[in-house]
Amino acid sequence: MTRTDPLDVPRPHAQFHFGVFFQGVNHWTIWSAPDSGSQIDPASFRKVAQTAERGLFDAFFLGEGLRLREVDGEIHDLDVAGRPDAITQLAALAAVTRRIGLVSTSNSTFNEPADLARRLSGLDLLSEGRAGWNVVTTDNAWTGANFRRGGYLDHADRYRRAEEFLTVARALWDGWDDKAVADSADAPAWSAPGAVRRVRHQGPQFDLDLAPTLPRSAQGHPVIFQAGDSGEGRDFAARNADVIFSAHGNDFDDALAFAEDIRNRLRAVGRPDDDLRILPGTEIILGATEEEAQEKKRWIRLQQVTPATALGIAGLLWGIDLSDRDADGPLPEEDPVVAENDGSFGARRIADPREVVAEWRAKAQAHRWSLRETVIALGPQRGHVGTPSALADKFAHFVRHGAVDGFNVTPYLIPDGLDDIVDLLVPELQERGVYRTEYTGTTLRDHLGLREPLTHRSAPARAHAS
Amino acid sequence: MPGPALHLAVEIDGDGSHPAAWRRAAHSPGQLLTPRRVARVAAVAENAGFTLITLDDGVLPPGAAPDPVARIGAVERAAFVAASTSTVGIAPVVPVTYAEPFHVSSQLASLDHISGGRAGWLVTEEERPEAARAWGRPPVTGTDARARASRDGVEVARALWDSWEDDAVIRSVATSRYLDRERLHYIDFTGESYAVKGPAIVPRPPQGQLVVLGEPDRVPAAQLDVALVAGRDLAAVAWAAAAAGTPRVFAEVEVALDTPDATAAERVADLERHAPWTDRGRLRHIGSGDRLVALLGELSRHVDGVRLHPLVLDEDLPVLSRLVLPALSERRHLARPLPGTSLRSTLGLERPANRFAAAAVQEEAR
Repeated sequence: MTRTDPLDVPRPHAQFHFGVFFQGVNHWTIWSAPDSGSQIDPASFRKVAQTAERGLFDAFFLGEGLRLREVDGEIHDLDVAGRPDAITQLAALAAVTRRIGLVSTSNSTFNEPADLARRLSGLDLLSEGRAGWNVVTTDNAWTGANFRRGGYLDHADRYRRAEEFLTVARALWDGWDDKAVADSADAPAWSAPGAVRRVRHQGPQFDLDLAPTLPRSAQGHPVIFQAGDSGEGRDFAARNADVIFSAHGNDFDDALAFAEDIRNRLRAVGRPDDDLRILPGTEIILGATEEEAQEKKRWIRLQQVTPATALGIAGLLWGIDLSDRDADGPLPEEDPVVAENDGSFGARRIADPREVVAEWRAKAQAHRWSLRETVIALGPQRGHVGTPSALADKFAHFVRHGAVDGFNVTPYLIPDGLDDIVDLLVPELQERGVYRTEYTGTTLRDHLGLREPLTHRSAPARAHAS
Repeated sequence: MPGPALHLAVEIDGDGSHPAAWRRAAHSPGQLLTPRRVARVAAVAENAGFTLITLDDGVLPPGAAPDPVARIGAVERAAFVAASTSTVGIAPVVPVTYAEPFHVSSQLASLDHISGGRAGWLVTEEERPEAARAWGRPPVTGTDARARASRDGVEVARALWDSWEDDAVIRSVATSRYLDRERLHYIDFTGESYAVKGPAIVPRPPQGQLVVLGEPDRVPAAQLDVALVAGRDLAAVAWAAAAAGTPRVFAEVEVALDTPDATAAERVADLERHAPWTDRGRLRHIGSGDRLVALLGELSRHVDGVRLHPLVLDEDLPVLSRLVLPALSERRHLARPLPGTSLRSTLGLERPANRFAAAAVQEEAR
């Protein structure tokens, strides 16, 4: 294959970006295979981050959970669970990586701005400008039971709090003038007089007054990620985020529609429509031939959706305990029970389970699927399956048409699940001219080709207040 | 005669324990906040044979103009240092006066995983009202209320560390179960101002419980593994050590040492032109390395270890590294940590049984 830049596409020179999502709680990471590694050993994190860096990825990404999941009041025991605190783990990875971005998912509902902004600044300085923050919110009292505030915030309030949180965090990050620190020990003072400004904030969510303790990093601010898909979430991203981590990356038309929607929202708030990177989460399954890739996918799905997991997923849909049924038998004959949401993760919001079950029955009958096969076939369709060459063509098409800017890849195996992507797929993307052949910058903001932080664009020279 | 071998700890926050230490530092002021600087100081301390490094912290700036007002969070620095060292113990200072105990517990447990069991926690307090304004929380005023906040915070963190039994991850292919939920526990902590349900999100740390250090009049002795005791002279330190009631006791000692370029007294005098060396009621040694060796020998009859607070890290750490620790070592008087050993075992402390597992066994035995 020779490099070509087709010019009859909307973005002929678009570049593809990869992040890697080291998942915490989930059933997609296969833990039962002989080469399934530890989910907590620092060596696992190091291996994944260093492999991603070898593959010139933009970012290493960690999720967050603030309470162990439960189903019907009991701790859910089928999923991978147990993980380190994200910022702490990423600070360690800053010492053993050189270029890759380090993105922490951190909750704005159960953190306080002075503390979290400072922790993120510390990560940003220790990594010399490679930190990112995936801003998430929580609305349930069940998670709140682990925190001082307890209680919960309703859906709208949690975004209001997130937005005010970001405002305060940015004020803290902007609280130091560049070159505030003396360049010699003979200077009259360590920091120039007036170069550090107190942040006094009084709002509906926060009332605080403090002196920020850190200067800006090489990239200005940590890069802001956002992952909510609701209308409020998308508007929040349009106003605040540098990167959106969506679930719209499987199907080209769906991805493009999502991207167009985000671009419209960006224009509506007065931002350039190329101001935000769209990196859907995905899984990538590679094979030397199409058949081999499909065979591998079947194996992976059976490892991910064990009989017990299939019964658990179906149980949530039906609203009844199905754990004593045969997953390899037919679908339950009962009608689903519409459960009240008790605030825990056990009761998911499903529009109308009766409709979903009717659809499942029809398809299972037509294909002679067992319950487990039905769960696999009709559950969320994840990722891209194929040969490295075919997927490289597909991804080049996605990015050149503006449907995505890249993917945040979830490896199905830890710690070696990225190896074939880095060794086989990345070179194909490079040949097509859609993937970097070396890091050209040092910061996460550089890698993603982002502009200056939102609060720091062509800012007029500010007076040294207070 | 000196007592048994001593464990040495060193506080490596900022440029040293003198507020104006930055004026004698070997780097330019801004370099203080670079990863290279953080890693280098830790590497020097590790190579010298220190058992433990501590990293001071708090939400407020570490000093006031004209001295440094910047500091990277201690947990973040500790994690970074843990990944670039292999033997030395690492204890960040984390006050829980206003912080979320659930987060603090997770961060520290993670540090223990990252360091392979070399983590400690130095519990302090946010004493000044400005700290409450920074957090946006109602002020915790008075010695008793702050001590209560520390006690509750340590209790929550310790209970959460036990909320996963050591073998809670079972990976049972036969039953599809990753976890054994019988080995996970709600802590159901209820204090005066908050409650915490649990369990933790981080599996039990490698040491079972991190080594918890603190001042015995701030944190109940029963919650401490190591008491940090101060006193202006040997007698005061000896008295405080005898009264501590904790498994291990470390004395706080501030040091300014003679260097090839200047005597300790000259160096102190130079910095005193800018600001006084804050008096915290600690034993202070200003003089030669040899005399410090003798002082440490005296102290070893009363305490298990000493935490040193060098006047200027860039000047005193090399003297400690080239003269003081080797001299102690030669006299078989320095307890050096061994690679692959947890901080707890270096200090001769047992790995604690899990409180919930122990309870389950008792239940069965009834």
